[in-house]
Amino acid sequence: MGIDRREFMRLAGIGGVVFASGLPGWARAQGYGASADEFFFVQLSDLHWGFSDPKVNPDFAGTLKKAIVAVNGLSQQPDFVVFTGDLTHSTDDPRERRRRLGQVKEMAAELKVKDLKFMPGEHDAALDNGKAFQEFFGATRYTFDHKGVHFIALDNVSDPAAALGDEQLAWLAADLARRDRKAPIVVLAHRPLFDLLPQWDWATRDGAKAVELLMPFEHLTVFYGHIHQENHHMTGHIAHHSAMSLMFPLPAPLSQPKRTPLPWDPGQPYRGLGFREVELEDKGLKVAIEERPLSSRGAA
Amino acid sequence: MNPASRRRAFLGATLALGLTGSLALGGVSLVAAAPKERVIKLTVKRFEYSKKEIELKLGQPVVIEITSQDVPHGFSVPDFKVRADVVLPGKMTRVRFTPDRTGTFIYLCDIFCGTDHEKVEGRFIVRA
Repeated sequence: MGIDRREFMRLAGIGGVVFASGLPGWARAQGYGASADEFFFVQLSDLHWGFSDPKVNPDFAGTLKKAIVAVNGLSQQPDFVVFTGDLTHSTDDPRERRRRLGQVKEMAAELKVKDLKFMPGEHDAALDNGKAFQEFFGATRYTFDHKGVHFIALDNVSDPAAALGDEQLAWLAADLARRDRKAPIVVLAHRPLFDLLPQWDWATRDGAKAVELLMPFEHLTVFYGHIHQENHHMTGHIAHHSAMSLMFPLPAPLSQPKRTPLPWDPGQPYRGLGFREVELEDKGLKVAIEERPLSSRGAA
Repeated sequence: MNPASRRRAFLGATLALGLTGSLALGGVSLVAAAPKERVIKLTVKRFEYSKKEIELKLGQPVVIEITSQDVPHGFSVPDFKVRADVVLPGKMTRVRFTPDRTGTFIYLCDIFCGTDHEKVEGRFIVRA
C-alpha cells in the first residue's frame, strides 16, 4: 500500500532521496547544472496512444503533443527522456499496433532532446511478447550508464503473466554482481516491482525476487508507470516512484470499487496527467523529483 | 490413557480437523459434519467473467471450475493467495480454497488478454 507524502519524506530522508514534488521550478532554483556530475532526465509514461474515448479524455489526440511541447519548453533541457511503457493502447490488430508505435516514435522525434529511452508496457508488448515493440525501439530490457549513474531497464510486461522470468532475473543478478554496493543505481520498469495492489493487477508476479536482488545496493531508486498516478513507496531503503499518465488518470488504490479511469473534469482539464523530472545530484547519490502536471496551458 | 479417554481424544481431533466421520458412542451415532465442498462453475472471455458476484459461506471449501471461451486468461484471488492459469479454451481449470474471512474480495484475470483486460474481474462476497 502507498504511503502519504509526509511519511514518504520521513522514510526517504534515510535513503538520501530529496523529494520536491509540487514545487515547480524547485530544481532550477537550486542551481542545477553547477556541477558536471549533476543532471536530470524526464520520465514520460503511459501515453496509451490509440485510446480514443472522448468521455475520458476529449483531447486524446493532443495530450501527448502537449507534453512534448512542455518538455521542449523547459528552461533547461534534460540529458535524456525515458518512456516507461504503455506507449500505445492495446489493439489485437498487429498492423494497427505497429502504426501506433510508429506514430509515437514520430512524435517523440519532435523532442529537442534526442537521447530517448523507450520501454514497453503490457499494452505494447503482452499480446506479441514484445515483437512489434522491438521492431521500432529495440531491446525491451537493457542497461546504460550516464555520468556515473547505472540505469537498468527491466521488462515485466512482454510476458502476459507480468513476470520478469528466471532468465531475466539471472541477467539482472549478473549485472548487479559487477556493481559496487555504494554506487548510484536507477531501475526503470513499467509495472511496480512490489505488491502495490495485486487485487488491481498492480504488481509483478516475481517482483519480490527482483527487489531481493536490489536490496543490497545502498543508493538505488526505482521509477515505474502502469498505475497512472504519482505514488511513492519504500521497500526497506529503496524508494519506488510511479508517474502520471499522459492519457487518463486512474484512481488511488481501492479509492473506488473498480480501477476505471477517473472521469474528465471540464473544470480542471488534464487533471492528473503530466510528466516528471528526475534530478540526480551529488554524483547520483541524491535523487530529486519534480512532478510536472499538464494544464490547459501546458506543463505547470 | 484408558479406552474411554482415548476415544474422547480421537473424537476431539476429528472435530478439530473438520473431518467427516461417525463414531458409535454408547449406541448413539455421532456425525461430525464438515462443510461440504461447493462447486462453482465460471467461464471467462474477453472481457468478462460469467459471474460478477459470487456469494460464499465462511469456512465452506469451494472449488471454482473455470473455462476460457477464447484466449488464455488468469484467475487470481490475491486475498486468499490462490491463482491459476486458464490456458486452453475448452479445458477446465480447478481452483480450490476455503474463505477464512468475511467481506468482499476481488477475483481478476492476471494474464493480459487485450484492450479491456482490466475489466475482467468480479467479487466474492463471503458471509458468516
